[in-house]
Amino acid sequence: MGLTVIFGALGVVNFAHGALYAVGAYAGFVTYEYTDSFVAAMAAGAIFVLIVGIVIERGLIRLYYQRPPEDQILVTFGIGIVLVEGLRAIFGGLNRNLPAPSWAASIVNLHVTLYPIYRIDVLVIVAVVLALLYVVLYRTRLGLIVRAGIEDQLMVNILGINVTRTFLTVFGLGAMAAGFAGVINAPIVTVSPDMGADVLVQSFVVIVIGGVGSFWGAVVGGLIAGEILSLAAMIDPAYSDVMLFAAMAVVLILRPQGLFGVQGRQ
Amino acid sequence: MAQRKKTSVSRRRVLQGAAAAAGTLPFIHVPHSLAAEEAIGNWPTGAKGSSVFVGVTTPLTGPYSADGIDHLKGYQLAIEHLNEGKGLAAHVPSFKGKKGLLGKKIVYKNADTQTQPNPAIQAQTNFITQDKAIMIAGSLSSAVAIAIEKLAQRYKVLNMVGCSGANETTGVDCQKFAFRSQPSAYMAAKALAPVLGKEIGRNKKAIYLVPDYAYGHSVEHSTGEFTEKELGWKSLGSQVYPFGKTTDYSSYLLNIANSGADVFVNVAFGGEAVASIKQAKQFGIFDKMKMVVPNISAFQGKELGPEYMGGVYGTMDFWWTLSETNPMAKIFVDTFHAKFNYRPSWPAHIAYTQMMVWADAVARAKTFNPAKVIAELEAGHKLQMPLGEVWYRKEDHQQVRAVPVVVGKTKAEMRNEDDFFKIVGLTPGPEVMPPDFLGCKMPTSI
Repeated sequence: MGLTVIFGALGVVNFAHGALYAVGAYAGFVTYEYTDSFVAAMAAGAIFVLIVGIVIERGLIRLYYQRPPEDQILVTFGIGIVLVEGLRAIFGGLNRNLPAPSWAASIVNLHVTLYPIYRIDVLVIVAVVLALLYVVLYRTRLGLIVRAGIEDQLMVNILGINVTRTFLTVFGLGAMAAGFAGVINAPIVTVSPDMGADVLVQSFVVIVIGGVGSFWGAVVGGLIAGEILSLAAMIDPAYSDVMLFAAMAVVLILRPQGLFGVQGRQ
Repeated sequence: MAQRKKTSVSRRRVLQGAAAAAGTLPFIHVPHSLAAEEAIGNWPTGAKGSSVFVGVTTPLTGPYSADGIDHLKGYQLAIEHLNEGKGLAAHVPSFKGKKGLLGKKIVYKNADTQTQPNPAIQAQTNFITQDKAIMIAGSLSSAVAIAIEKLAQRYKVLNMVGCSGANETTGVDCQKFAFRSQPSAYMAAKALAPVLGKEIGRNKKAIYLVPDYAYGHSVEHSTGEFTEKELGWKSLGSQVYPFGKTTDYSSYLLNIANSGADVFVNVAFGGEAVASIKQAKQFGIFDKMKMVVPNISAFQGKELGPEYMGGVYGTMDFWWTLSETNPMAKIFVDTFHAKFNYRPSWPAHIAYTQMMVWADAVARAKTFNPAKVIAELEAGHKLQMPLGEVWYRKEDHQQVRAVPVVVGKTKAEMRNEDDFFKIVGLTPGPEVMPPDFLGCKMPTSI
């Protein structure tokens, strides 16, 4: 979601998104080590990556808004490498363990199967966060500007909106979404410097399927990608990634702007 | 003007004589030691200066990076010890008391393999062609190890294989120029099966989680073979996942949780083992079944802690508590601990001892000529190392060495911060060697 917001509003393909996800997980891990509180870990992961996002936007990204996309790709890719190697330098290559919170560590009997409560909690947490994001994007002035920026950046500029400040907020929010995702996913996977690499590729597939810059596109794209990965893995795991990319190819052939995308969007 | 003196031998006679002499050459016996030795690979070019180059590739990123960093430290320590005549280098009879190898300093470079064969091959190709590597080493995945040993064979450069557990490495894919010290999946499974019979019991139902590449299939096959043949276990099948492509094992673990098995055999390794075990606990799998990890990765104890690994059976190439009974292991563990501030894990052990075994073969051959070094390694000379006596079989280039079988300690049993496993068996090498060489057809000549 963070990726689609940044891509849609700023036109920046953020290749550091996976690294920001990992930074969030580590921030959560460190906070949990000191406080033993998962809620504090979630807050710390999100806020820390928000700050990192703001620093990156002010320090580098804003210089690249007018540059060609390949420059933006290179600079965000570079930021990603610096962040990941920074994590490796500080924490080493060992996998770190951020356990599921005690209130979600048990298992629920769904009659057809047993299922970890934490994974169900994640569904609820993600739904709540998406609802919040929806409110911000569709019910606030900031959201209006962001959505207007996605549709027509030039016109927003002409209308006298302080686009620079909005861009900073958007990039910060997008980064924060990545950091938050890192923390809530950490109890399921393991915390390691490279943990964002796969997520980055899958996130791009999700927004391509859903349609760049579309809120519902990202939600539905994510659900479709998840189903494809899980169902394909049940039949033959070797083909799960192939099926995901095949689905993306089909979408690109039949509806190049993505399922919920709007044609001609810059 | 003085007339040129006419010689009695004409040019034609000289040419005729030379041709006749050349014709008889094949029938004249020239002692081998007097004949100019044939250049092989980077020899003698790579051994002409005051130093020799060793190309090392280890994963510093990717799912096996934690093990890869430990592996690299093993090479660093071994090369430092060989150059300064310290550590085990001060105790190996063929070169003790000397600094460097045959009077030459060993220099090395390391490249990150990203736990993938392609970057490893690119880096080792550069080490061979640009740096004139006299030996290449280092790997943490069998896919990488097998690719490197084939490269070594192509360039005729010696390869002391790093970490690789697949049967193929010294089985169907064995190479004249490659030597492997880690126990194959076959050896590990044969050592592990009797302990499993005693501790978990006979006639159990087992289900496997398997990474989809040579190592995963090899370990599943060998573990299945011995537990079924010797313990009457029954395999309920395997959940095969794409190696290096997933961080969420829920779809496989759901099937495992619902399989009705008594034993969960987890073949995943490195970061994948850590993530899958963590998720398996969340799915309540450990409430229903015991877990066995046939080949426990280096930091599985440290990364998961005793609450996950306590009571888990498996094998390891080496575990540091061997230093309490073996003086060579003590030297290795103590010097490593002093330099890196933690006790070495087994990828470091493989790196360190492979360097020492190679140096011993070079010292005994008195040359870096790979043909002669290979002949020394194949001769089966027994060397005291941290696992006791080790030597190579000439038929498949697999090291004959003891296999430690371990069990995870509970938190209460741990004596220090690295004390995650107890050695419950140290099966002698000759008892676990595959009699049929697992399909290896080793050429007799270079």
